[in-house]
Amino acid sequence: MRAVRRLLKPAAFAACLVPAMRMTAGVFALPGFSLGADPVAALLHGCGRWALNFLLITLCMTPLKNWSGSRLPLGLRRMFGLFAFFYAALHLTVYVFLDQSGNVAAVWRDVVKRPYITIGMIALILLIPLALTSTARSMRRLGRRWTVLHRLIYAIAILGVWHFWWQVKRDIREPLLYACGLAVLLGYRLWKKRAAAARISAARLAEIGEALAADPRSSASRCTDP
Amino acid sequence: MRKISPADARITSSQVTPYETYLSRRALLAGAVGIAAAGRFGGAARAAVPAQGALSYTRDAKYSVADQPNTFGDISTYNNYYEFGTDKADPAKNARNFRTRPWSVTVGGAADVTGTFHLEDILKPHPLEERIYRFRCVEAWSMVVPWVGFPLGDLLRRFKPTSNAKYVQFKTLYDPQQMPGERVPVLTWPYTEGLRIDEAMHPLSMMVVGLYGKVLPNQNGAPLRLIVPWKYGFKSIKAVVGIHFMADEPGTTWAGAAPGEYGFFANVNPAVPHPRWSQATERRLGGGLFAPRIATLPYNGYADQVASLYRGMDLRKYF
Repeated sequence: MRAVRRLLKPAAFAACLVPAMRMTAGVFALPGFSLGADPVAALLHGCGRWALNFLLITLCMTPLKNWSGSRLPLGLRRMFGLFAFFYAALHLTVYVFLDQSGNVAAVWRDVVKRPYITIGMIALILLIPLALTSTARSMRRLGRRWTVLHRLIYAIAILGVWHFWWQVKRDIREPLLYACGLAVLLGYRLWKKRAAAARISAARLAEIGEALAADPRSSASRCTDP
Repeated sequence: MRKISPADARITSSQVTPYETYLSRRALLAGAVGIAAAGRFGGAARAAVPAQGALSYTRDAKYSVADQPNTFGDISTYNNYYEFGTDKADPAKNARNFRTRPWSVTVGGAADVTGTFHLEDILKPHPLEERIYRFRCVEAWSMVVPWVGFPLGDLLRRFKPTSNAKYVQFKTLYDPQQMPGERVPVLTWPYTEGLRIDEAMHPLSMMVVGLYGKVLPNQNGAPLRLIVPWKYGFKSIKAVVGIHFMADEPGTTWAGAAPGEYGFFANVNPAVPHPRWSQATERRLGGGLFAPRIATLPYNGYADQVASLYRGMDLRKYF
């Protein structure tokens, strides 16, 4: 079991690099690998899709921990999050330097004028502080604020899926799939939060009940207690 | 619907280059050296478009552009042909066993000659020519393609359209058994397109049966497709089974699916962006990873030939 735990991280790391290596093999047209007739689009869409995949994978880790009872998923969460940033940064690089040939003015025009690019860019910019504060030291230093900051991933994932949805010409099946996956992952969190809130109020009710049973005269003061 | 014999249909094609005459002259010449029979039968075989293999055609320099054509591999593996799937690589995989024979085309509406015709009879009178055209997709990528076919106008005139024929509508085959994409309601099937009659009669508008000198691959729209090089690619309907002459503008598939994004005219126009992306530039495929985007030309570079068709029209309104 300990061996599994020790091997898990390097194995996951290698697996996370597979899409990038496949695309690199395509760039060099290695036997069996091809980017097709439009290699720029293939890289652009490939990196974008994997950035989204890793965002959703990252969001799977907490439910997975709750469900399995193991803390292993939490140990991988940061790596998956950083790979989301890695593929998103590659996506931007391909867009700026290959699709737009490094023409910054053209990129800026797109960002300002094309809403789907605007929201994609916002999502990517929001990822930067999360990547920068992903170290254990930042976690310690920021304390509770770290948790609050890293809730940004919910907004980023929504913007990312929206960015994908908005540029599809007609066949929305794939972005719809991402949107459903994201809805389940975010819905799970809302449900947990409600359940927790319900547990707290149930506990509170029980407490009041007990107090009433012990001393009926104290009920008035208890109930008006804010 | 009245069935027209091939002979009837051919009568109306007198203005077309008489390919058979050319072939029979060749046969006569050949006869002088004693191989008349072989020449004549050989000629007759070549006049028909085969289901696969090499085509007999002439090169048309007048209507061809000088740009370097894309490779056959690129042209035949990167296709927007939703009837066979929405991924660009889907059609090459899913159209492999598509049956292009027997094939018939139904012609109707405001014309004197209507009915259902065998593909062979549709194609027979038309000498084939190769034209190298630019192809610009509404998604802002482009290719250069050596099509083999014949002018659409030559075909349409054979049906003697009446004065009511202001528009012509085209339909793709509806066969979900063979076309898996048609089982998914991504678009309204069958795919429908249309042209104003003067656009259809323009010498650049072409019915295509071949690519790179050979019969058109299934994924490129075999056995019979339209090519209108100054319009976005979605106007150039594939696997045509219906031609209908109409008095009013026909509804078309993409314009119906998203009226704010795709219009009936769909002329290539760098000045009118798609609501979600720019049309000012395009990526010419085949240039590799570092090829810069190139400027998109009005009417895809065919402005000299076709801009006059739209004189006085507000191109922002009629996009």
